[in-house]
Amino acid sequence: MAEVFQFEIVTPEKRVVDTAATEAQIPGKNGYLGVLPGHAPLITELAVGEITFRSDSGEQRLAVASGFAEVLPDKVTVLAETAERPEEINVERVRKAKERAEQWLAGAQTEADVERALDALHRAEVRLRVAGKS
Amino acid sequence: MANILDIRRRIRSVVNTRQITKAMKMVSAAKLRRTQDRALAARPYAQMLTNVLKSLVSRVEIYDPKTGEPKHPLLAQREESNILLIVVTGDKGLAGAFNANIIKAASRFLESKAGKNIDIEAVGRKGRDFLRRRYPVAPVQTRSLAEEDEMLEPEGQGEERAGAIQIAGEHVGILGKVEFSQARRLAEAVIARYERQEIDSVYVAFNEFKSVIAQRLVVEQILPIEQIGEAAVRQAEELSEEEKKKAKAAAVSAGVGMRKAEILADEGGQFGTSQVDYIYEQPPEELFRVLLPKYVGIQIFRALMESVAAEHAARMTAMDAATNNATDMIDSLTLAMNRARQAKITKEIIEIVSGAAAM
Repeated sequence: MAEVFQFEIVTPEKRVVDTAATEAQIPGKNGYLGVLPGHAPLITELAVGEITFRSDSGEQRLAVASGFAEVLPDKVTVLAETAERPEEINVERVRKAKERAEQWLAGAQTEADVERALDALHRAEVRLRVAGKS
Repeated sequence: MANILDIRRRIRSVVNTRQITKAMKMVSAAKLRRTQDRALAARPYAQMLTNVLKSLVSRVEIYDPKTGEPKHPLLAQREESNILLIVVTGDKGLAGAFNANIIKAASRFLESKAGKNIDIEAVGRKGRDFLRRRYPVAPVQTRSLAEEDEMLEPEGQGEERAGAIQIAGEHVGILGKVEFSQARRLAEAVIARYERQEIDSVYVAFNEFKSVIAQRLVVEQILPIEQIGEAAVRQAEELSEEEKKKAKAAAVSAGVGMRKAEILADEGGQFGTSQVDYIYEQPPEELFRVLLPKYVGIQIFRALMESVAAEHAARMTAMDAATNNATDMIDSLTLAMNRARQAKITKEIIEIVSGAAAM
């Protein structure tokens, strides 16, 4: 058995994941981070993206948005405002959100509008990817 | 002499009422339990966020060394001339004095800030209805949180105010299922206005809920942030002993636990507090800037959640009292009915006996 670390994903609404994991990939603001047991202590902001981690029950993926993560040698904690497993994602709703984001983008006036529309679009795309329906 | 039939009819009606109040009590108890669980589930996140912010505070220069001004706008204290107050009440009535108490506390707060411009964000139908009768509605309102739209942008500014106190937003029908995204949207709207200096401080009036017997009506200052991890309570009012006793009795008969929900608190306590030198992927200042708005969001979320829990608890207590009153009423009516029946029988016997004696 390989070394493990404690892996937790917490949202304001619940503790989504709390398990022992052997490796994890976390979408940091400056790019994806691969974490193995014994990683140097680190705090990072999260980007919109997907978290992948491997535990006894195999590999799991979640779509996360907006939050941050703390990495310690034996423990990784992710605080995210949303964290959804593939089966929790409402594909229909995400598709609609994506369409709406595309409309915003087309009709955006200011730079801030463009940025926000792109953000929304990106969120929708990540969700679709995690759900495996892109 | 009351008619036996009439009394019997009344008893039947009171029995029906009692059945309804009893059912409502049990429903409220179940909802209370669910809300309590959700509030508990929100603790670790809030705790961890607070811890990280605290540890960042010790590493980041919050104040500009030259001017002594806070670097982050959400920490900046300004002279208070425009205030925003979030009033959290319930959507439904039949919860005893729950809504009236919050409105009273909010009114008292408004009085204490008389002479200043106050915008009110009303969450919950009952508070909205009351405040609407008293204060004018702002020409431009924030969009309701009940709408399922990602962008909550108070459009248009610099318009004439409708009055010194005006209702800037109404959020009705969101309390059935409070989601964090709603709290976040409200926080974002509030923060945007604060940063544009349209408002100088933000307060929230709500019913704090630690457990069924530990509740307070509070007005908390959310912005500017004074001390991270500590609620800046401006006005508080505890339950009276009598109310506590009633709430306790209701909780016991409905099978709701009364323990304080604090066990989980130290689970999150470790997060971000380790005395190690973290690698910060982003500069600490930047992290700080990102995290502060989240902190505001979680505080609003907490206010909403606790208010919902308190509303269910208040309804449970009120319905428990109503059930007891109905029982008392049935008892006294039954007594009256038996008396009336006995009187009638006695009268009949007397009539028969005196009839026989006359023969």
